[in-house]
Amino acid sequence: MSESTENPAPAEITEAAVTAAVTAALSAISAAADSAALKAARSEHAGEASPLSRLNALMRSVSKEQKAAAGKLVGQARARVNQALSAREAEIGAAEAAAKLAAETVDVTAAASTWHAGARHPLALLQERVADVFVAMGWEVAEGPELESEWFNFDALNFDEDHPARAMQDTFFIDPPEAHLVLRTHTSPVQMRALLSRELPVYVVAPGRVYRTDELDATHTPVFHQIEGIAIDKGLTMAHLRGTLDHFVQALFGPEAKVRLRPNYFPFTEPSAELDVWHPTFKGGARWIEWGGCGMVNANVLRSAGIDPEVYSGFAFGVGVERALMFRNDVKDMHDMVEGDARFSQQYGMTV
Amino acid sequence: MRVPLSWLGEFVDLEPGTTPEAVHAALVSVGLEEEEIHRFELTGPIVVGEVLEFVGEPQTNGKTINWCQVRVAPGDETAADGGPAVHGIVCGAHNFVVGDKVVVTLPGAVLPGPFAIAPRKTYGHVSDGMIASARELGLGDEHDGILLLKNLGLDDAPVGTDAIALLGLDDTAVEVNVTPDRGYAFSIRGIAREYSHATGAAFRDPALATAPAVSTVEFPVTLADAAPIRGRSGASVFVTRAVRGVDPSRPTPAWMITRLALAGMRSISLVVDVTNYVMLELGQPLHGYDLDALTGGILVRRAEPGEKLTTLDGVVRALHPEDLLITDESGAIGLAGVMGGRSTEIGATTTNVLIEAANFDPVSIARSARRHKLPSEASRRFERGVDPQVAAVAAARVVQLLVDLAGGTADALGSAVDSSVAPVAIELPRDFITGLIGRTYSDEEERSALAEIGGVLVDTPTGLSVTPPTWRPDLTDKWTLAEEVARIVGYDSIPSVLPVAPPGRGLTLLQRLRCTVAQTLAATGHTEVLAYPFVSESDNRLFAPLAAVAADAAGAAAGVPAVAEVPQIRVANPLDGEAPFLRTSILPGLLRIAHRNRSRGITDLAVFEQGLVFRPVAGIRYGSLVVPAGAVRPSAELEAELNAGIPPQPYSVAVVLTGNTVRHQPGRPPLSAGWQDALTAVQQVALATGVSILVRQGAHPAMHPGRTAELFVATPAGELSVGFAGELLPAVAIDFDLPAVVAVAEITLSDVFAQAGAELHAAPIRTMPAATQDLSLVVSAAVPAAEVLAAVAEGAGALLDHIELVDDYRGTGIEPGRKSLTFALRFRAADRTLTAAEASDAKLAGVAVATARFDATLRE
Repeated sequence: MSESTENPAPAEITEAAVTAAVTAALSAISAAADSAALKAARSEHAGEASPLSRLNALMRSVSKEQKAAAGKLVGQARARVNQALSAREAEIGAAEAAAKLAAETVDVTAAASTWHAGARHPLALLQERVADVFVAMGWEVAEGPELESEWFNFDALNFDEDHPARAMQDTFFIDPPEAHLVLRTHTSPVQMRALLSRELPVYVVAPGRVYRTDELDATHTPVFHQIEGIAIDKGLTMAHLRGTLDHFVQALFGPEAKVRLRPNYFPFTEPSAELDVWHPTFKGGARWIEWGGCGMVNANVLRSAGIDPEVYSGFAFGVGVERALMFRNDVKDMHDMVEGDARFSQQYGMTV
Repeated sequence: MRVPLSWLGEFVDLEPGTTPEAVHAALVSVGLEEEEIHRFELTGPIVVGEVLEFVGEPQTNGKTINWCQVRVAPGDETAADGGPAVHGIVCGAHNFVVGDKVVVTLPGAVLPGPFAIAPRKTYGHVSDGMIASARELGLGDEHDGILLLKNLGLDDAPVGTDAIALLGLDDTAVEVNVTPDRGYAFSIRGIAREYSHATGAAFRDPALATAPAVSTVEFPVTLADAAPIRGRSGASVFVTRAVRGVDPSRPTPAWMITRLALAGMRSISLVVDVTNYVMLELGQPLHGYDLDALTGGILVRRAEPGEKLTTLDGVVRALHPEDLLITDESGAIGLAGVMGGRSTEIGATTTNVLIEAANFDPVSIARSARRHKLPSEASRRFERGVDPQVAAVAAARVVQLLVDLAGGTADALGSAVDSSVAPVAIELPRDFITGLIGRTYSDEEERSALAEIGGVLVDTPTGLSVTPPTWRPDLTDKWTLAEEVARIVGYDSIPSVLPVAPPGRGLTLLQRLRCTVAQTLAATGHTEVLAYPFVSESDNRLFAPLAAVAADAAGAAAGVPAVAEVPQIRVANPLDGEAPFLRTSILPGLLRIAHRNRSRGITDLAVFEQGLVFRPVAGIRYGSLVVPAGAVRPSAELEAELNAGIPPQPYSVAVVLTGNTVRHQPGRPPLSAGWQDALTAVQQVALATGVSILVRQGAHPAMHPGRTAELFVATPAGELSVGFAGELLPAVAIDFDLPAVVAVAEITLSDVFAQAGAELHAAPIRTMPAATQDLSLVVSAAVPAAEVLAAVAEGAGALLDHIELVDDYRGTGIEPGRKSLTFALRFRAADRTLTAAEASDAKLAGVAVATARFDATLRE
């Protein structure tokens, strides 16, 4: 700047004078390192008092003949300087923006959160998952009370009041016992409610909580969950039961899963079968796992719902949700499912 | 039922080398459940030895031990352990004499435990083996002395003989669980038949091996049931047989003791062992009386009021008029089918025995066994049904064994009362089984399966008439026959066919809402847990629903004593006596879970649970005194009555938050959980259900008096209280071992869901420019901000696009007892750009309503 103020005022427009002014301007512009220096260079070399402006002002005194040539000389010089200014301005702007962003760098692995992780309980998710499989097949989801009348829990399901099977249910009775209320020992009373309240044919699944007087240990809990299915239609067979179960276990355990039926006894089905599932991804190797019971709905159960067993037939099945979680997701101890330790659910998050 | 394989092999062909695992697999395939495998768990060398001499050596501890020389191999032969023919063995028992044959476990042998035998230094000698007691061999409880072979009738076994084979300790038993419909499988006979069904191996029915004995002198027996239960006589068959001259000193043979032990029964005395043995073999419970202790004939009848009986176990039992008794002229001598009486018990001096083989009604026996808490081997079989035709055979088999083993003489005295009803034939229509199972069964397959199980088949024009065998009372209709055919042919041959259900309607609104509520709470940082619904009475009282609290408060205000108890349901047989009630609120369980998490170091916690709560209404008697019969549809009235008897079980959700909601972390200050978080969760539930939940200042006995909101939903019948939210009373939080500040909310979801599902109609979106204005109003500190906001909104009218509370200021410049509320307002018209004057006019109209309603003044 001191240099330019010492510049003697040019007396006339000469090529040498113009060239000197342009050279000085371009050198100052390229030397400007930031917006402030560029601003100073602009005012020094392109402002009112700059040599080029003063040369331009001399145009008034240039003779008519020389005007065109002098004008061209000065005009081109000013254009060059302005062009250099805008180019340098863009360069400095980009550099300064980049520096600002660089200065804003954070550690993305240490982001502070206003939110903390929640989770669903895997038993709830598994029940929703099963319901989804059956809803996709056109079945509906049915439900009923957990505190039930003995009629729905036992009598309607062909559990004779004196049959050993009834004593084997390890039932929680409600006080006073003469009122014949129990905590349902299975989700089967929902079958009966579905049959009493719906038009035939019926295809429903009933997930839910059930109760037995088993002390809590690694594999038992007095409060657990079952999923029960029942289908009543004309012409349903045990082959349909197997087909439904095969489809169900494949949806839940993969395309290689399959079902094995073994004869067993349940009051509410005849014929009855124990349901084993071939679990292809079991930790420790594929194997058969005992999972539940099933069979053709007992004629007396149909009669309890006012359905003629000579016209309709159907099948039913029930499986344990805790047990499925144990073998499917390798949960080794029932305590983890019932104690409510947040870390257990959080392992699953929103999916199981 | 435990089945020794040697015994099973008597009645069905077992291929040599058949493993217990293979037997299990076969039995499982026809419907028995696999349990354990039982062995004696011992290995040799275990041999017969003879005590040559012994010296008693008193010890400083007061005991005397015997230093014995025992011959374990004949002559100069090497013993089974490679040692000398005579071993020196230290023995603590004293029940033997020189010359007794004993069982010697030589070094290298292993006894159950496992307990490895090796030479060991003891009492100044090297004891080179051990002389075994019955208990050490797994043969019983006897451990007062060593096992003497003379007591087993095996005194002539040569020295050095392998005692494992001699005593049958190489036998193995498979245990199976017998389903309640298959009483006949509680016998070797039944299991052998099932094994034959599974494998096709030849079956020899032991019931045909013994001819029923014929008595020529009638022992008087009367069956007189004056009060049959459910119309069924208590006893249908009663066979007796007398055996005289039984030698009470005769030992039970080793093979019988071994089989009984493998079957899980211990040896008691020869006569008792024989009755148990025949029961296991044929499934017929048997009882032996001391014939000389009987007074007159036997009368089977129901107990009289006040009657008592001393049973075999020495307990005096007060009898119930439903109990079926065996009596003689002296009175009750047995609780039929459950346990015998003491007065006619077979004792050490009994020589004349009367054997009873009866058939009792399953229901009668089941009730007596349950009533007296006396489940016995006999009652277990009668409850499930015993073959009525096997009684006479079983009695004859006992007589035969007592003659063979106990030196008795079959007596002409006996009886054979039989009023049992023959099985009824079942009509089995052609193709019924194929139609039910979905697999084609040939005529041959059906006939052969039904014949194999013992059915008698007769052709009819429409199919078959099948008379089930007497040991299968569970076969009552064509469906039960279908199961027999399907299981004997094999379930594995049933094909897999996926049925097509009619189109469904998807999840119901309530099912979708429950899922959405849970997903929303989880997505906003709450963790789902599942608590048991068992609580204490005080839990229920503390967290009573507000409706119950209000009723209580109203009563108290009116001078009526407070309701002593919140209506609640009690479990008659709880596992935990401290928590016998069903929850009326989810919170107690959730607070305990919060405590458990904190005790494990998880201090920043937000948990929730959704589930049923049990909320009976005071004054209603729930349940039904009479339960309708099964197999008949109840009338509409009866069904309604059953349903009315079930207490209300609404669906509820609760959240509990403690610690920080925003944790300690770089760049952001932590935020601790408080009442706001409880109300945020409430709004999340409202969002998830699409139902507005109104928040009002509220009160609850368990809650902080100044930080509690009562929650309402609008219903066609007016506002309904659906729960509460805020902070626990600090004292309550501390009672639950939680920090003083615990944010909680509970909402009765069923009541919220009931208002959900209305079709929503969207308002058009206004796109004209907005005019924003702020407004500060000074009101009494007691006026809820939400009501001031509502008043401003109401006054501002249709041009108000949005309003929210942005500040609540108290302090300098504001009169004590008042507060300044600042609202941000946004005005917008549907059709034009508003002028500033229009917006100001609307705002002032809002101020006017707030002023009129709450004495609000504009803050300068």
